[in-house]
Formats: sequence, structure tokens, C-alpha cells
Amino acid sequence: MSTNSQKYRNSFLKEVEANVEEGEWVKMCMQCGVCAGSCPLGKHWDHPPQEIFMMIRAGKREEVLTSDSMWMCTSCYNCIARCPRGLPITHIMHGLATYAKRLGLAPKNQPTQGFSQLFWDNLMKKGRVNELKMGLSMYFKDGFAQGVKNAMANQKLGQNMMKAKRMNAMEIMGGHGVKSPGDLAKIIKKAQEIEDGKIQDFS
Amino acid sequence: MTEVIATNETILVVGGGISGMTAALEAAETGKKVVLVEKRPYIGGRVTQLYKYFPKLCHPTCGLEINQRRAKMNPNLTIITMAEVTDIKGEAGNYTATAKIAPRYINDNCTGCGDCGKAVEAEFDDEYNYGMGKRKGAYLPHRMAMPQQYVIDPAIIGTDDAQKAKDACKVNAVDLDMQEETIEFNAGAVVWATGWQPYDANKIQPYGYDRFENVITSVEFERLADPTGPTGGKILRPSDGKEVKNVAFIQCAGSRDKNHLLHCSRICCMASLKQCTYPADDVDISVYYIDIRAIDRFEDFYQKVKAQDNVNFIKSKVASIVKGDDDSPVLHGVDTEGYNRYANQHDLVVLAVGMEPSVDKESFPVDIVINEEGFIEPASENGGIFAAGCSSDALDVNRAAQHATGAALRAVQVINRVAGTEG
Repeated sequence: MSTNSQKYRNSFLKEVEANVEEGEWVKMCMQCGVCAGSCPLGKHWDHPPQEIFMMIRAGKREEVLTSDSMWMCTSCYNCIARCPRGLPITHIMHGLATYAKRLGLAPKNQPTQGFSQLFWDNLMKKGRVNELKMGLSMYFKDGFAQGVKNAMANQKLGQNMMKAKRMNAMEIMGGHGVKSPGDLAKIIKKAQEIEDGKIQDFS
Repeated sequence: MTEVIATNETILVVGGGISGMTAALEAAETGKKVVLVEKRPYIGGRVTQLYKYFPKLCHPTCGLEINQRRAKMNPNLTIITMAEVTDIKGEAGNYTATAKIAPRYINDNCTGCGDCGKAVEAEFDDEYNYGMGKRKGAYLPHRMAMPQQYVIDPAIIGTDDAQKAKDACKVNAVDLDMQEETIEFNAGAVVWATGWQPYDANKIQPYGYDRFENVITSVEFERLADPTGPTGGKILRPSDGKEVKNVAFIQCAGSRDKNHLLHCSRICCMASLKQCTYPADDVDISVYYIDIRAIDRFEDFYQKVKAQDNVNFIKSKVASIVKGDDDSPVLHGVDTEGYNRYANQHDLVVLAVGMEPSVDKESFPVDIVINEEGFIEPASENGGIFAAGCSSDALDVNRAAQHATGAALRAVQVINRVAGTEG
């Protein structure tokens, strides 16, 4: 492919169909706009779902994959319930976010993206989420001083969680986990290999 | 007692709307005997409730008059109103049909003078006007009703009002002892023309038809615009009777939607474009649409309406309606030409509701092949039963009449076969 035709690439829809979960639905969108109008967080999105679908068809690869729009989805499922064509919009949004993350194109400072990474890293250490460490890493993600401020502000919440046995202070010592974290890591590694094998190259 | 003379060479037409009327007349005019069974007290169906036709904007009364005259002139045609076909048994060339006839409480002496209507006091919601406005307990369903005979509402039977109607009648047409009848007769072929009904707008929850007075359906708007309608042809808001200065049409209200009707109802785009010509020039009109489906030559009509200064097209399916100031509906959504988020207030909102078959899938009195959308398929398993008009698909009047003519031909062919074997 010449550089010129690369500039006008239009294979992004095919790439989304092949590599994004539920991506094959994108071409079914009839641009009615009910998803965008029904989204409770809609006005905070740069590009509502219907626009994302149109951008995919228009081949705007960088703009879509670096967008923070799909990271705004809270999985309320209003769009899925209302879409006249039955597109699984919520799942497509999460699929796009996952794909962008895999390619390293996800916006670095997007809070949902950051939280998801912290959650994954926490989970993969022992195979179970360590609530205490999870909370602390959220508090301190913007530096030590801000972390102390956050911890002070949420002191009461933390105490209540401990009282209700939702969180245990002893978790700081290492915390609970699955019987064999090593085996879990192997399983995840294998799963990742399988998933990577499915990714088709469209460059 | 109603008597029907029918043989295996008779064609039964179920439903007397524009399709049933057309099929019955076309068949009868070829010389075949036809029995037309209609549920309403008059023939003509939903066409009688239209103010104008698209694209010529002529009045349906004109075509109805011609058809009614053809019906009156033709000795081959028997019309039974206020009757429903409850059972059909047999096979092509040899059917036995059962029909239940509701009492009209008025016999053929009726001259349509209206004295009984004046005498009766009780009033009911007028179904001819989709419940907007009232009619008397003894009433002529609409001014062009055929037969031109009054009807007594069963709700007043046994009350003083019924007696008043009887006493007022000078020609002895009121028969309060009339009973429901069940009749059975033969037919060689059946034309099934039970038509359509507007999709129940209450089911489109985000549009609030059940909650907001100023959200109405397209069929109701048609009655508002009609000079014989409940407002005398003035487009007034249901909530306060104020003149409408700003009206919105919402297309695909219930159509092309997995949650409602799967199919495109085909007529709603043209119906709304037609209705854009009803209000005065100084009324602002907004049409919210996904795409305008003005097929064939209708494109010219679309272009004409587009050129109207007071009409604005917004490419967007409205997401929800909330109540704004003064009971005015506020429409929320995002448009597809710029992805702009809007909240637009209008005096009145018209939902261009879809067409669904008027007979429910489960309640057909005969085995028949019905598709996913509830319409009758042109299947050979249907034997001598042929769908006509909107019982086969969402069609406009023009196409329904064409389709009904085809169905009549099919029925005639069956009758000719029967006549051939019977000699």
C-alpha cells in the first residue's frame, strides 16, 4: 500500500470487526441517535456512541482509539435496552476501550483507565483483590501529599468498612489470595497468548 | 334474522375497509357473488377517518363516494356490518364460515333523520375521532357512513334513553329487542382484508403518550385537521385548547425498532409530510427523522414540503420527552448532523405511529401462514384464503387497493375452478 492510500485507509471498520469484542455490530448502526440521547452521562462524552460508530466507518482510527469517550461508559445498559437495532452498545464500548488499551493508545490520564490498571495489578499479585491496598493505591496515585489528604478525607469511610468487616487492616501484611498464584499467572498467560493469536494485523 | 344466500361459488370478504371494499367490488363486478363482512357499523374503514390523501392532497370522501355508489348498484354484493367472522372451516372451493352479528338496535326502516340521536342524552367517547370528542348513545358513526343508518350503543339498552330513542323514531326503525345472531354460510374463496391498527403509543415509554396530553398520534392529528373532526378543523392543543404555533413530528414511533415493530410501516413518512401541509404558514414545524422514506414519485412531494419555509427537518430519533412549561413537551436527543445535543420545546408533538395488523397472531379463526411481523404470507398452505391490503403488509391506500384487486383475481380463479367442476 502506498503512503498516499495509507492516508485514506478505510480498513478500520474491518479491524474493529476482527479485533474488538462485538465489533461486527458496528455496521448495523443506522445513526438514529437514541443511544446518545439516552446515555445519562452523554453530555460528558466527546463523541457519543453513534458518533464513534460513524468515526469507525470513516476510518478515524487514531481519533477513536485515543478518545476517552468509551471509558466514560458506566454500564447502565440504557443504550442496549433502547437501541432499535439491538446493538450491544455497552459491550462495544468496553471492547473498544480494551482494544485501545491493548494497543497502548488509551488516554493515560483517564481515571477509569487508571483505576482499571490499578485493579488488575492488585488482583494479579495474589489472585484476589486486596481491598486495603487497592484503596491505598487509589489514594496515593497522585503523589504522597495528595494521598495523605485523600486518606484523611475518607477516614470515616475506612473505619466503617473495617467495622462492617468489609476491610481488614492486617491485609497490609500481604493479604489473602488464591492457593496457587503461580498457576493463576500461568492460566492468564496462556489466555493472553490465545487472545494475542486472534488479533489480526491491519497495518 | 339475517339471511345470507351463499354457495361454494360465493366469495367471502372479511373486512370492509378500502382493501375489502375494493376486493369485494372488483370480484362482484366480474359477476361473482360476494358477501362482505365488516366489524364496524359502516364500511370504508380507516380511510373514512383521513382528512386528506397524499400526495395529491385530495379528500378520501371523493373516492369513497364512488366506491359506495358501486356497492349500492351491484346486486352481487351483500354487505353485513357489525359482524365478525369467528370461524372458517373447509378447503379451497368448499368453506363454511361462521359470523357473529352484533345488534344494531336499528332496522332497515332507518332514514338517517337523526331524531333518535337528538332524543338520547347519554354521551360516549367518539371512537370515530379516536376518543377526542363525544357522540350520542344513538348515533350516525360519521356523516358519510354506509349504510346511512343510526346505531344504538348497547350501553343504553334497558335505560330511559333507549325508550326515548324508540319514541322519537317516526319510521319505526328502533328495535330494542334485537339480539346477537350467529350465521353460517358457504364460500368458495376468502379474501382476508382485516387491515391495520395504529401501534399502541403507550408502549413507547420514553415518549410519554400516556403521561402528556400534548403528545398525540398521527391518526389523532388527522382528526384534528379535519373540518368534521372534534375541533372543526382547528389544530388545538388537547391540554388547554390553545392554537398550536409550533408542532413537532416524531418519525418511526414504534416502527423499525426491535423493542416495538420490526418493520418499516411505510406510510408514516408520507403521512407526516402530508400533515406538514395542514397547519397555517405561520406555524413552525419540526420533523425528527432517521431517514425520510419517500419512495418513487413521492420524492417530489418531499422536496415540495422541504421547500416550505416553516418546516425544519432534524435528523435524529428523539430519545425522550419531558414535560416543560405550560404543559409543552420538551424533546431530548442528539442529532446526526453535528452530534448536537438538543432540548427543544414544542406546543404539540405528533407521534408518527406505525402500522400493525389489526388481528392478533393468536386470534385468527383459521389456519393461515403469518410472518414474524404478524402479516399474512402469500403461502400456498393458505388454500383459498387470500390476504388483501394491510393484513398482508404495511401499505398506503393506493398500494392496498392494488393489492386487493390482485387478491380478488385470486379468489375469482378459485370460484371459476369450482364452477368448472360443478358445471
